[in-house]
Amino acid sequence: MPETYDIAIIGGGIIGNAIARELSRYELKTILIEKEIEVSFGTSKANSGIIHSALHDDMRTLKGQLCLRGNALWEKLSQELRIPFERVGEILVARSGSDIPVLKKLLDNAKTNKIPAEIIEGSRLHDMEPNLSPEISTGLLAPTAGVIPPYEMTYALYENAMQNGIEYLLDSKVTKIVRDQKSFAITAGRSEIKAGYVINAAGVYADEVAKLVGANNFRIKPRKGEEYILDKRLDNINNHIIFPTPTPTSKGILIIKTIEGSTMIGPTAEETSDREDVSTSDAGLKKVLDFVRTMIHDIPKKDIIASFAGIRPVSDTNDFIIEESSKAQHFINVAGIQSPGLTAAPAIALMVVNILKLSGLNLKQKDDFKKYDKPHRRFSLASNKEKELLIKLNPTFGNIVCRCETVTEAEVVTAIRNGAKTTDGIKLRTRAGMGRCQSGFCLHHVMKLLSRELNVPEETLTKRGGDSLVVREKRLPAGRHG
Amino acid sequence: MKKIFADIIIIGAGPAGMAAALKAGKMGIKNILIIDRMPEPGGILQQCIHNGFGLHKFKKDLTGPEFANHYISKLGRPNIKVMLHTMATELTRDGKVIISNDTDGLVEVTPKAIILAMGCRERTRQQVSIPGTRPSGIFTAGVAQRFMNIEGYMPGKEVVVVGSGDIGMIMARRMTMEGAKVHAVTEILPYPGGLSRNVVQCLNDFDIPLYLQHGVVEIRGRDRVSGVKIAKLDQAGNPTNQTFDIDCDTLLFSVGLIPENELSRMIPLELSPITGGPFIDDNYQTSREGVFTCGNAAFVNDLADYACMEGEIAGEAAANYVNDALSSEFNMRVVAGCNLRFAVPNFLTGKAPVTLYMRVTQPMVDVKITSTDNIVNIKQQIVKPSEMIEVTLDKAQLAKIKELKEFRIGVTPR
Amino acid sequence: MCPIGCAVTVKSDGSGNITQIIGNKCKKGETYVRDEFTNPMRVLTSTVAVEGAAISRLPVRTSNVIPKDKLSDCMNEIQKVKVNAPIKICDKIIKNILGLGVDVIATRDLS
Repeated sequence: MPETYDIAIIGGGIIGNAIARELSRYELKTILIEKEIEVSFGTSKANSGIIHSALHDDMRTLKGQLCLRGNALWEKLSQELRIPFERVGEILVARSGSDIPVLKKLLDNAKTNKIPAEIIEGSRLHDMEPNLSPEISTGLLAPTAGVIPPYEMTYALYENAMQNGIEYLLDSKVTKIVRDQKSFAITAGRSEIKAGYVINAAGVYADEVAKLVGANNFRIKPRKGEEYILDKRLDNINNHIIFPTPTPTSKGILIIKTIEGSTMIGPTAEETSDREDVSTSDAGLKKVLDFVRTMIHDIPKKDIIASFAGIRPVSDTNDFIIEESSKAQHFINVAGIQSPGLTAAPAIALMVVNILKLSGLNLKQKDDFKKYDKPHRRFSLASNKEKELLIKLNPTFGNIVCRCETVTEAEVVTAIRNGAKTTDGIKLRTRAGMGRCQSGFCLHHVMKLLSRELNVPEETLTKRGGDSLVVREKRLPAGRHG
Repeated sequence: MKKIFADIIIIGAGPAGMAAALKAGKMGIKNILIIDRMPEPGGILQQCIHNGFGLHKFKKDLTGPEFANHYISKLGRPNIKVMLHTMATELTRDGKVIISNDTDGLVEVTPKAIILAMGCRERTRQQVSIPGTRPSGIFTAGVAQRFMNIEGYMPGKEVVVVGSGDIGMIMARRMTMEGAKVHAVTEILPYPGGLSRNVVQCLNDFDIPLYLQHGVVEIRGRDRVSGVKIAKLDQAGNPTNQTFDIDCDTLLFSVGLIPENELSRMIPLELSPITGGPFIDDNYQTSREGVFTCGNAAFVNDLADYACMEGEIAGEAAANYVNDALSSEFNMRVVAGCNLRFAVPNFLTGKAPVTLYMRVTQPMVDVKITSTDNIVNIKQQIVKPSEMIEVTLDKAQLAKIKELKEFRIGVTPR
Repeated sequence: MCPIGCAVTVKSDGSGNITQIIGNKCKKGETYVRDEFTNPMRVLTSTVAVEGAAISRLPVRTSNVIPKDKLSDCMNEIQKVKVNAPIKICDKIIKNILGLGVDVIATRDLS
């Protein structure tokens, strides 16, 4: 560990990692500090994976501008990170006559902002979305909206950043920051980190972290969202991301076409004071089902195989706050990144680099920036020929660990070698455990592999760090008896 | 890709698959391939260390491993090839099976007949929509059983079992015997979901309270489960305000089994929405010629004994099919009538004798099982959804059934 | 409730004597119910730690039924045991457990 880092990023979600990767292009000593045992375990753990068209956004806000800018960067980013990205398009439907003027206004805004959009009506609309309820006859299509696998993306950013020299300090909550003339002294977990610049990307805790240096001119007002995933066997419920017509305060509850081809419904939006409350609720499920069924009648409750919830780090300005703090020099807040945070991520990273430049940091580009080195795509998506080649290279590709998602031992081991320590970490990286049996079959296989690769006893393994042990003690006899 | 041929490929070396393999072998089939994704045969029986197996088939009270051993010890015949640690990844439209393991990689098998014996999986917490947090310490009962009996771990210490299915009750006893405290078993229906024997020997024996018509309405706990809220349910199954909390660190879910038919869908095979398995005739042949199924993959059985008996029928039929000797006299649909959730097999072809298996929709006493034209007329004292009813039809009865327009069977009060 | 599933009703005279048994389908049922009432017996099944095998637990059972009230004591004895592979099905792991005249035997082979 060097004496002083040039930059310390606090927060290892999508934003923190996007910034880390961008910074890894420069000759800088950068460290990312994350309080959970693995990256992407905070708000990013509940990301829906949507790349918004920016149709909804007000271009007078930072959110709007960065969303639009970000949307255009996704082809390049997804190619560099070798993850799938599909512009499935979004359709905002009118559920009543009074919605139509709203859609027309959005269409006008779209034209002004050069966002491709058009009104689709009647049979043309129903051709595009055959399951739309027959009462709906008007929709606004924005073809530049898309979907990605959010976890794969975050881990790709993280791995590419590591390949290019970014250091990671995990399982270390920042509890104290002392500022002196030259740098910040950060106490994180049991470590002391010194850095010339701090980038605060701490999600729902961004205001608390900022407070440590008096840079908290904003407050985070957590807002919970619940989502429900349907069995991917039902892969033709919808073809686009279906939105209702938005209200002034909310985009509404959606019917999402995930990159996997399955359908996900949600999110709800509920103010909460508990930043760790990621519980789902009967009320939430009812709200989601009642709402989405106004758009597609037959969404089956019995085919919901999983549910989750996340906390949006909404700022009290309701906009992104991305700026060097006026209260603490060289402390850059990247806070309030709610939706469209994922879409904006590449643009946010570039903006942060610019802020650093303007702040006086000397940014010298490396000429040996390593491209993301992911050797192959997901086994389950490979052709039989590709699969055979992979198995030839590494026979453990022939060993299927997760039946429901066809995840191989080789992929699980790679995930562990790239930093997964928990069963949730494996799940998010490889999809093992995300299928219809919800790790019923693969759990003990995954645990054996974690135990073997990390050289730790299985009874110390956790679901996601902290006290979330998967099992309790191994039962050993007290003595020996023949 | 390596390509091999087989007369019969059996997917799954649990009790049903093994029984099918041995029967087909007895009938002279030369090239039988049986595969299983586990490192040893026996299927789920290897983790079912409790007794209660074999009462019907062998008239003995055996444990799961002992029952499995009866078949495993006979598998070493030259005409039966066993491939373990091998998963079937694809069933193609043209009847081939792609399998995978880490020694042979991907292998394409061209069989003359296929027997699907994949067993079933457990319904999960998510599928019964219990809201709350998603902490560690939540298991389906079968996963907890695996951890305890094969890996040697205690899943937890303070337990609540959700659902009174057999596996849940068995695990309630198992965990108690190994030092855990099982605080409750909850069941949303007004009657237990598993065998009566298990209510007695697993719950009553250990004073574990069974809360019928109760459901878990909330799960709490940040990293690990810390407790649940249980509510009494009304007649319609909705939670009332009568609730109570139990602190616990482990939840076991025993809320039903689902036949594992993802492979079957690939062919594609028509599945019954009620049983979850393919539509089958009395040869256990599916809607696709040459494709048979047996055991829990066909429908959820109460006992491994039945799975084996079905395996033998499927094995014999597949062997006949391979030898071009599988014939059917007629094709009569079996309609599940009054008070029956389902009756299998779905079609009769004239084979005699044939055993029909059925489940009632609710517990009833003093009933008779009757069919069209009274061809079947059996008195029974007690019937329960958790205990399958068997009705065996003989040649004479089948001759009568042949002449019917429709064969409907049902259960009515006497 | 007998193991096959018949619900049997037992009427007693209050001082432990059985006066009537109804509902059993077979004679075995009557015997079972009498025993359940006066001296309930159970088969005990569990696992013991094993070393040198592919899995870490060996499933075992009592070779015959034992009194229900001795289940807990027997479990304590079983929990003390550790064996080494290879094991053959029916191997006696504990002979004559607690002097009950019943052995604890292996229910599978383990190599």
